[in-house]
Amino acid sequence: MDIDALAGCLSSSACLVTQTTSGLIIGMLLFLVAVGLTLIFGVLKVVNFSHGAFYMFGAYFAMTAYQLTGSFALAMLAGAAGTAILGLIFERVFMSRVYGADVLMQVLVCYAFVLIFDDVVRMIWGPEFKAMGMPAAFQVMPLFIAGGVVPPYYLLLIGVALLAAIVLGIGLSRSRIGKVIRAAAHNPGMVSALGINTGMIYGGVFALGGMLAGLAGALAAPVRSLTPGMGFSVLIESFIVTVIGGMGSILGALIGALLLGLIRSFGSLGFPLFTEGLMYLFMVFVLVSKPTGLFGKEAA
Amino acid sequence: MTELEAGRAQALVPVRSGAVLQRYRDVLIALIAFAVLASLPLFTGSKALLDFVIRCSAYGLFATSLNLLVGYTGLTSFGHGMFFGLGAYSFGLIMQKLGLPIPAAFVATLAITAVFAAIIGAICVRLKEIYFAFVTLAFQMLIHSTILSWASFTGGDQGLRGGIPRPVFLGIDLSNHVHLYVTSCALLIVGLLAMRQIAQSPFGYTLRMIRDNAARASFLGIDVWRAKLTVFVLAALFASMGGMVMALFVSGAYPEFAYWTISGEGIFINMLGGVSTFLGPMVGTVLLLLLNDTVTRFTEYHGIVLGVVILFFALGLRKGLLDFVAEWYAHRRETGEER
Repeated sequence: MDIDALAGCLSSSACLVTQTTSGLIIGMLLFLVAVGLTLIFGVLKVVNFSHGAFYMFGAYFAMTAYQLTGSFALAMLAGAAGTAILGLIFERVFMSRVYGADVLMQVLVCYAFVLIFDDVVRMIWGPEFKAMGMPAAFQVMPLFIAGGVVPPYYLLLIGVALLAAIVLGIGLSRSRIGKVIRAAAHNPGMVSALGINTGMIYGGVFALGGMLAGLAGALAAPVRSLTPGMGFSVLIESFIVTVIGGMGSILGALIGALLLGLIRSFGSLGFPLFTEGLMYLFMVFVLVSKPTGLFGKEAA
Repeated sequence: MTELEAGRAQALVPVRSGAVLQRYRDVLIALIAFAVLASLPLFTGSKALLDFVIRCSAYGLFATSLNLLVGYTGLTSFGHGMFFGLGAYSFGLIMQKLGLPIPAAFVATLAITAVFAAIIGAICVRLKEIYFAFVTLAFQMLIHSTILSWASFTGGDQGLRGGIPRPVFLGIDLSNHVHLYVTSCALLIVGLLAMRQIAQSPFGYTLRMIRDNAARASFLGIDVWRAKLTVFVLAALFASMGGMVMALFVSGAYPEFAYWTISGEGIFINMLGGVSTFLGPMVGTVLLLLLNDTVTRFTEYHGIVLGVVILFFALGLRKGLLDFVAEWYAHRRETGEER
């Protein structure tokens, strides 16, 4: 425990800015993963235990695309599009078979794919740590805001994630497709009776969720190291986010992710060894005081 | 025959004498099983085989205790492995730091587990299905990260090293391989028998009712929260026993014992063997360990093989092996009676 370091940081604006931005990027990456998870749960009523694998694939796809083409934009596109396709296939071929089955069965199918995907990555890219490297466009002088150091890439990352949050929020509440998705979450039987292909909606939502996780992985690739199994800690953290924010709530995922990001960045100063423990404690605290999460609706 | 039907069929015979008869039968089976297992070293000198049975004992106790929650009460815990790790660590630490006799350390570990399980259970069991699963998982990770970060006490990511002292008690020397083997078997059989008694007791049938219809159970005056908490603590005790066997076997404790994968394996074992029969998890344990051992010998990518096997069970068979056998047997008997 190092309370002095934490107090020292809180009283210095430079450190405050640095830690807050690093908390924000952790939070924004987590949000992208968690919002896919919460969307899939809200519509399909399954908990995608293999969601971390999409994050992992997003990062690896982006790295490979970047090495082949040298274009950062294409790398992001590859990460997002590749995982979207993967999500669609995964849902249509496997997950669609266990809807309505025991939760245990759904978890097992996902658990199987966590094992398989990790080994597939190990086969294709090798077991060692990989780095994508920062694209040349972002290798510029960091910005100084109130004395704190902010790499420009962080701003891009936060911007893209925020954009995704806004598009998603407006798209779900305003657009026709968004309304159909919400209707399918509420009453799939009625939606399909109205002549809408719910199977395609399910597949689409799963692809969207996978794409968001893949985008998060692609965005994280320049700043994190890549390794098989990298998805799992992200998965656990985004579970915490969805549980804190409330299953199925997008706003909850955003708030939960940002809170968790800040807990991690400031917690690493005050409790360097117990940062993860802090997150679990926070989750337990929220659940005990409000079992459905901060923005969750009372389950029937 | 599902468990519900089995329960109904039993209710038709005079309940009390039936229950007593069944208990004698269970004890008899347990004694025979123990005799067979314990005499194994007389016939074979294979250390690998004895090691395998010891590992089966540790995992079997753990998996069967998880079935008390998952199969009998309908509580899908993702964090049951924390008690496995807690048992291993408490036992190891007590032996290393205090040097108590083994039976005393055994009892003390059970007491510690009971306290932890009561606190964690009191928070968790009132939560619904998926939330219960996640909060138990969170507690598991909390314990795991505590073990990792409290390095001065637990050894951090290196685990408890330097071996666990195993002083002789009652003429039993656990550093002797055969003694360790027989003790593990005894713990397994005693644990299984105790869990069987819990499952077949009136309390066990209360648990089944909570699983099938918690609202109705509470209308009938059952304190659902308390029953769930009781079984949560009981299951934790047996999981902790499994952890102690493991700690004795490897003469140490490692953070992996408290990691979520142990819980994942426990659930997988239950699925593999089947949750509708009492011995399903035991069958699953043997299958998983066999699978693990053979697969790791042939390929380094054992995740893929394991994953495909899981998919086969989850998507193809849609039930555990013993479930499958039990249903097939019941079906055959039914058609036989019709003739």
